[in-house]
Amino acid sequence: MSADPTQVLAFETDCHIFDGCGFPAPGLHSFLFEPLWGNADSNLYFNKTMLLALLGSIIVVGFFWAAFSKPKVVPGKLQMVAEAGYDFIRRGVVYETLGKREGEKYVPLVVALFFFVWMMNLWSIIPVAQFPVTAIIAYPAVLALIVYILWVSLTFKRHGFVGAFKNFTGYDKSLGAVLPLSMTIEFFSNLLVRPFTHAVRLFANMFAGHTLLLLFTIASWYLLNGIGIAYAGVSFIMVIVMTAFELFIQALQAYVFVLLTCTFIQGALAEHH
Amino acid sequence: MSPLLNIAAEEIQSPLIPPIPELVIGLIAFVIVFGALAKKLLPNINKVLEERREAIEGGIEKAEAAQTEAQSVLEQYKAQLAEARHEAARLRQEAQEQGATLIAEMRAEGQRQREEIIAAGHAQIEADRKAAALTLRQDVGTLAVTLAGKLVGESLEDHARQSRTIDRFLDELEEKAEASR
Repeated sequence: MSADPTQVLAFETDCHIFDGCGFPAPGLHSFLFEPLWGNADSNLYFNKTMLLALLGSIIVVGFFWAAFSKPKVVPGKLQMVAEAGYDFIRRGVVYETLGKREGEKYVPLVVALFFFVWMMNLWSIIPVAQFPVTAIIAYPAVLALIVYILWVSLTFKRHGFVGAFKNFTGYDKSLGAVLPLSMTIEFFSNLLVRPFTHAVRLFANMFAGHTLLLLFTIASWYLLNGIGIAYAGVSFIMVIVMTAFELFIQALQAYVFVLLTCTFIQGALAEHH
Repeated sequence: MSPLLNIAAEEIQSPLIPPIPELVIGLIAFVIVFGALAKKLLPNINKVLEERREAIEGGIEKAEAAQTEAQSVLEQYKAQLAEARHEAARLRQEAQEQGATLIAEMRAEGQRQREEIIAAGHAQIEADRKAAALTLRQDVGTLAVTLAGKLVGESLEDHARQSRTIDRFLDELEEKAEASR
């Protein structure tokens, strides 16, 4: 999966409008990176998103380490900020959906998921990095897979085999003749579509966000010639607006991801689906 | 992989197909975060949050205990004060009663003493009278003898003399009584 060498970003060249070159629109190639190390064909390589993923996890751990490794009853500023974030997820997401008794066990997972996803999203607007790790499907997919495995195993553990099957298919006698159809749809919806959408929702949001940012950034550079300069200004304002918007979307998508996680767990723990 | 297959692979590379190495790295990155948070950092902060909650609740409990104690002390104090008032009233009452008894006793004693004095006076007077009577009787005897002697010595016919003698006697008697008084 190496990038097409013929396609380069606008700011990697001196190409401007009226210079006789076309607009180097962002596309799938913008999400492919040459390996920093190793060979792309051998499945043994290391690229920018991997670097950002590992760096991001180190930043998240570092932040919480600085805040919580020697916590004080009377908190300092950093601890207070970290506590606010922790409390927001614990109370606002986990306790809200699962309740304090059932939810307590899943707090570390949900908190880790939220801050991990948020950090991966944040890379999108951090200078130099400027790429959301979650715009590579592998990262949301692995997280969604963890949640999926947890959800399925919890359902079996809680309801037994038949119970779990009823849970997955939304078994309801009152549906009568529609039941087989409804069960089939529910089965596919829950077991196959749900984990996919869970991952893709995050991936697509970040993918689209990054594409938009790229589009306006490239356009700002590309239009920087002649009468185009006026449009370049508009485009640059859009870059700033979209960056602010992305900042909001990044947090929102991380929140949605963990909220869905909790909803799935709640479905597994619920008596009747 | 042959170059031809390589190109084909690139052409069908969809952004929805996750490359294995990135899955692995994603898993590792998440496990790092999850492990650090779940094993060390969140238990750490939970302990402190619990401590803080206890500290706050402990403070409230302490304040409540102090208030209860203050209340009980106040009640105790009030009870003591009331008791002291009762005691004072009782003492005053007692003192009044004692005073009244004392006055009555003293009055009785005074009465008694007065009566004693009066009785003593009477006795004295009686004794004096008796002594006087005794002395008088002795004197009268002596005087009678003296008088008889004088009467014998003088003429019995002379009434005038007789009466003068008697008068003189009585005058003497009077003088003596005067003198002895």
